[in-house]
Amino acid sequence: MGTATSNGITLRTSGLTKHFGGLPALHDVGLSAETGKVTAVIGPNGAGKTTFINCLTGVLRPDRGSMVFDGRELSGLPPHRIARLGIARTFQNLRLFPELSVLDNVLCGLSGMAGDSLLEAFFRTPSLRHRERLLKLTALEALDNFDLSAKADWPAGVLAYGDKKRLELARAFVSKPKLVLLDEPVAGLNPDETERVGALIRQMQRSGATLILVEHDMDLVMSVSDHVIVLDGGRRIADGSPEDVRRNPLVLEAYLGKISLTA
Amino acid sequence: MNARASATASFVMRHRTGLTVVAFSLALAPAPLLLANPWKLGILNLVALHAVVVLGLNLFIGYAGQISLGHAAFFGLGAYGSAILTTTYGIPPVAALVITAAGVALTALAIGVPTLRLSGHYLAMATLGFNIVVHNILVQWDQVTGGPSGLTGVPPFGMIGCAFQGETQQFYLLWGAAMIGLTLSLNLVRSGVGRGLAALAQDEVSAAAMGVNVQHGKIAVFAVSAVFASIAGSLFAHYMGTITPDTFGIFASIDFVIMVVIGGLGSLWGSLAGAAFVTMLPYLLGPLEDSKDIIHGLIVVTILLVFPRGLLADLFAMAKARLTHRRAALGRPA
Repeated sequence: MGTATSNGITLRTSGLTKHFGGLPALHDVGLSAETGKVTAVIGPNGAGKTTFINCLTGVLRPDRGSMVFDGRELSGLPPHRIARLGIARTFQNLRLFPELSVLDNVLCGLSGMAGDSLLEAFFRTPSLRHRERLLKLTALEALDNFDLSAKADWPAGVLAYGDKKRLELARAFVSKPKLVLLDEPVAGLNPDETERVGALIRQMQRSGATLILVEHDMDLVMSVSDHVIVLDGGRRIADGSPEDVRRNPLVLEAYLGKISLTA
Repeated sequence: MNARASATASFVMRHRTGLTVVAFSLALAPAPLLLANPWKLGILNLVALHAVVVLGLNLFIGYAGQISLGHAAFFGLGAYGSAILTTTYGIPPVAALVITAAGVALTALAIGVPTLRLSGHYLAMATLGFNIVVHNILVQWDQVTGGPSGLTGVPPFGMIGCAFQGETQQFYLLWGAAMIGLTLSLNLVRSGVGRGLAALAQDEVSAAAMGVNVQHGKIAVFAVSAVFASIAGSLFAHYMGTITPDTFGIFASIDFVIMVVIGGLGSLWGSLAGAAFVTMLPYLLGPLEDSKDIIHGLIVVTILLVFPRGLLADLFAMAKARLTHRRAALGRPA
């Protein structure tokens, strides 16, 4: 009991539906994220990709459907509980804590392990000191992995855009979560930086993380994903290996419009 | 020899915050000997009382990024709670202080749970409204609160048969309380709980995605700041001996917020400076009696314009920039 990972699935959604005032943002979406694999979710703008992530992380409450993570149903849980189960995320539009230092931003990614006791915090007990030291070492290691060590004391708000993107990744991965949801991790990056983030994603996957990648950059999707799901108008219109999806006429139509109409 | 020196250095590094508080306390300790005038010592004692309120309020406003225009109400509830319990019921001051603080914590929870779903102007209005309600109760409920003329004959604070009497003894009691409050606050902000508060102040959605319980954190820090205010209120009642409702109106709440802002949002040492500055200003302006309010207002506004991050933070930043420039001019590495 408890380890639904035995069959190799870290997250399984079925029939996931979310309407905004009658408009379907998600309709009957099923997805299985295999443990240790990268599952990409692609689709044109407004396809429901971010809504999907927001449902998984508890920011939005789905109207129907189930989301089973590691043997537990997620629907109805508040965001912080979901995070503490081991699901981390990045945001499409950066959501760092701009006035906190780079190091503190990463330390916030370890909130689930930092302890909640006010009394312990007020009296700064030896066990809290010890724990804080360990967390700091973990955070510094993550900064090193993501090439941000030199800027540990900088306020996050002054970093260059590419550094901010990598800081969000460091913050998401620092707690070694079971599942990481990446919402457009390379949006707005130049090809060099995109390549760098791609390498980091592959590195994280090799170290055992299960990833769900929402992305528009097809080169990145094709190069890092094991499995691709295509959404359009809130519905899943295709899934399969990157090659299958690339050749699927429905996918081409969703992205390019009906050839007969545009010709 | 070298090993011992490095052990000392590492001890100092590890406990630098605690040692700074100790050094500050030692520097402050001879004040009663140097200030022969009990009236001046009395002003310093008021600073200590206000500092306790401001430290708690800074955790709520400066760290957690919320706003309260009602903390004078918690200050007042603390003062009246202790005054009533000690005079009417003959309960010892320490027990009265603890019972009152517990009652205020519950009150803060009861108010915080619904109102902390609000933010910005709405939260400001809700806390302001709470203060007005409390003030009205203090004025109207004659039989218990003594009405507009308040309560008199509150005994001095004491424990195990010793009472703190006179300005000098009160000085050590009140500044002791302020230093404890400072230490606890400094500890809190250097913990995971403190980081969670700083995170939710900047972005609640992002903080929750990191595992921070946003609603719980806001309510907890609200209650903590209310308890700080309540304890300061209890000590205030014992210190003054007489309390009236006027001290706990909305203008007092606004003064507390001004102390937080002048000291610097999120700067706990700055809170001491803010409390000292705003408390002492009216006394320093004593001779200019007629235009006191205008000058007071002008000075406060000027400070907010010139030092937007607070007195201490901005003065430090300026000093640091100066030093770096001078070093650069001398051609030495910074």
